[in-house]
Amino acid sequence: MRLKNVFASWGGIIGVGLLIGILAPLLQKWGNPGNMGICVACFERDIAGALGLHRAGVVQYIRPEIIGFVLGSLIAAYLFKEFRPRLGSAPIVRFVLGAFAMIGALVFLGCPWRAALRLAGGDGNAILGILGLIFGIWIGTLFLKNGYNLGRTQATDTAAGWMLPLMMLGLLALLIIFPQIEGQDKNGVLFYSLKGPGAMHAPLLISLVIGLTVGFLAQRSRFCTMGAIRDFLLFRQTHLLMGFVALICAAFVTNLILGQFHPGFEGQPVAHTMHVWNFAGMALAGLAFALAGGCPGRQLFLSGEGDGDAAVFVLGMIVGAAFAHNFGLASSPKGVGPYGIPAVIIGIVVCLFIGFTMRKRSTP
Amino acid sequence: MSTKIDARGLSCPQPVLMTLDEIKAVSGGEIEVLVDTETAKENVSRAATSQGWEVADVAEEGDAVRITIRKG
Repeated sequence: MRLKNVFASWGGIIGVGLLIGILAPLLQKWGNPGNMGICVACFERDIAGALGLHRAGVVQYIRPEIIGFVLGSLIAAYLFKEFRPRLGSAPIVRFVLGAFAMIGALVFLGCPWRAALRLAGGDGNAILGILGLIFGIWIGTLFLKNGYNLGRTQATDTAAGWMLPLMMLGLLALLIIFPQIEGQDKNGVLFYSLKGPGAMHAPLLISLVIGLTVGFLAQRSRFCTMGAIRDFLLFRQTHLLMGFVALICAAFVTNLILGQFHPGFEGQPVAHTMHVWNFAGMALAGLAFALAGGCPGRQLFLSGEGDGDAAVFVLGMIVGAAFAHNFGLASSPKGVGPYGIPAVIIGIVVCLFIGFTMRKRSTP
Repeated sequence: MSTKIDARGLSCPQPVLMTLDEIKAVSGGEIEVLVDTETAKENVSRAATSQGWEVADVAEEGDAVRITIRKG
């Protein structure tokens, strides 16, 4: 028998939530954008920009936190003999869910992690986002109760499990070979932001070490913001929810101490006040995360464990971010993008189609 | 007489949903659940315990884990 996983206990998940809730506001203090100490969706979007997949000049940076999340989880998975290369559970469906999850998140301007951090920073608009998230996940649980299932994975070769971790190592290499040069928006193959959120970031080493730490601990504790809400709605289980609530409480207190708590709706950092679309964007994201079985952070941690389907979801999110900015779907502090509203509606229709059609198969 | 659930290759919440469905279908006895990730093992054990079942045995079987839960 293996050693009991202490992080799987109540104390473990709460401890990890508290730690993330302290580290995220600190990352903001050390340079990351407002209420964006950690945002998986925003940071993957910034990576898409740095690679030139979209050309929104204000959001271009290879975020070391994302690299750390995957590699930290990989290290934990290897140390505790949980690295298990696997794939084959409807990868194309996961890609589409990832793309629309990102589009929904960028209409709200944040993933569930940032929704929690926005709330903990006093941004009232986050209340609408979190309500939308809960609504979207609730729709997802109805599908789950009625037999929705993306099918079984198959064990595969180690190399397949290493694909996303290797891509992350590649991104880290690019960041080191082509570092940001003061006043220049490009170095080698990488694009950088001269202003806007993409220009705001904590020092590389700090971001990377915090990313690795969070990745390691989240792999051990199975931390998941979507799972927190889903498990409560589905089974009335509060295990993961305790971690998510701990994150919000710790971030709130840390923000108070650091002077980063500014209550209100107007003028919040990287946020808009269109309540209906804050709600609907996050409802789309929540539904897509629920159908894919994990929040964007959890998908990164699963990728680090060798889950190729989660890796496909991550790539879907990055491609979704490129579409979101190239097509004018993403919101800005001024409000939703020119095509953001139809994109949310199409996304919800696509997710409902997936939810109604992907069913339980009788054969294993 | 124990019922068997094969949840290998399924990601959460599927193994938990299948276990809870079975728990609802039978009033007591023994259920064996076959899973292949540590996460599924932890989640199934946690769900069973919360329903008043005890985890009687956890045995590794190749790449999978057989969890035996019991009530009554």
